Amino acid sequence: MAHIQLPNEELPGIVGLFNFKPETAKPLCALADVLLRGPSSLTSGERELIASYVSNLNNCHFCHTSHGAAAMAHLSCDVNLLDDIKQDFVTIPVSEKLRALLDIAAKVQKGGKHVLEEDITAAREAGAVDQEIHDTVLIAAAFCMFNRYVDGLGTWAPKENEAYREMGERMAFVGYNRY
Amino acid sequence: MPYIDLPAHLPGITGLLEYSQHTAGPIRELTQILLRGDSTLTQGERELIATVVSYNNECVFCTTAHTAAADLLLGESETCEMVKQDIDSAPVSDKMKSLLKIAKLVQISGKAVTPEAITNAKENGASDEEIHDTVLIAGLFCLYNRYVDGLDSVTPANPEFYQYLGERIVNHGYNRLPQGYDHLKK
Repeated sequence: MAHIQLPNEELPGIVGLFNFKPETAKPLCALADVLLRGPSSLTSGERELIASYVSNLNNCHFCHTSHGAAAMAHLSCDVNLLDDIKQDFVTIPVSEKLRALLDIAAKVQKGGKHVLEEDITAAREAGAVDQEIHDTVLIAAAFCMFNRYVDGLGTWAPKENEAYREMGERMAFVGYNRY
Repeated sequence: MPYIDLPAHLPGITGLLEYSQHTAGPIRELTQILLRGDSTLTQGERELIATVVSYNNECVFCTTAHTAAADLLLGESETCEMVKQDIDSAPVSDKMKSLLKIAKLVQISGKAVTPEAITNAKENGASDEEIHDTVLIAGLFCLYNRYVDGLDSVTPANPEFYQYLGERIVNHGYNRLPQGYDHLKK
């Protein structure tokens, strides 16, 4: 049971909340879509990895697993490989640039002030440009909102990766504006 | 110096929203709905929620700007200050006290919100929608605070700046100004 009475208790995670208040769902979906699927020199796969990585640091199972599944869909990997995100990328290949951006995202998760000049320098040396640094910080910050929304209202989430396979494919290829 | 090349005449969040207008659109829209849309919480009460979260995230820019907005909407500056220091001592309703406490828990983490905190809010008369909006406003300011500080945007030191910004927020809301921001270039 969520902390508030949702019109459809069967809808998991943020989907039940979208159903509770469609007025705020619209800009929330539009934000997810533009951040993860909009124009950027980071691939959607890379951006979904950042989203899933931050969500795990926030201990938000629904967002971690659903965005992990979306990342796997973009990367043409099986959904079960998403567990590698929790292991800090033992198997999934991560470029030097993405590694530096993930490190920035992890700092943002702790708090904006944790991001230091040296973190930005490391990302630039690995080839990241202003827009990519911006997008990384904003994706990480946005998931600090989404994760709190989902868990702060006590929504439920399916446990197994398998339950997120179709959801991930839909998020990756249909997008967020039709939830 | 911000970590990326932001418009020099726009400190804090405004420069970031102008730097990336395609992502700013939904962020502005969400903020306008939550802080200025129809609600059983007053605009001043909602600004108090924004302020208490920004204060606990130690984001000086957002705290000072939303304190200015809350003070203008409430017509005095004592309440907002007391909310930041000690919610229980602040001259707000019991319902607002319990909602502000939920917001403080959301600032820590979504998982930090306890069933007791929710029960307390409901016993003090908070509706499901008020609890929903409180959690989402608190979440939104966890976004803003990290966006502003994570890119090291400029935090002006002069109080007049925040007075001006508070007035702009109160009078124009959170939508992009129709004429843009070029008039602020010195």
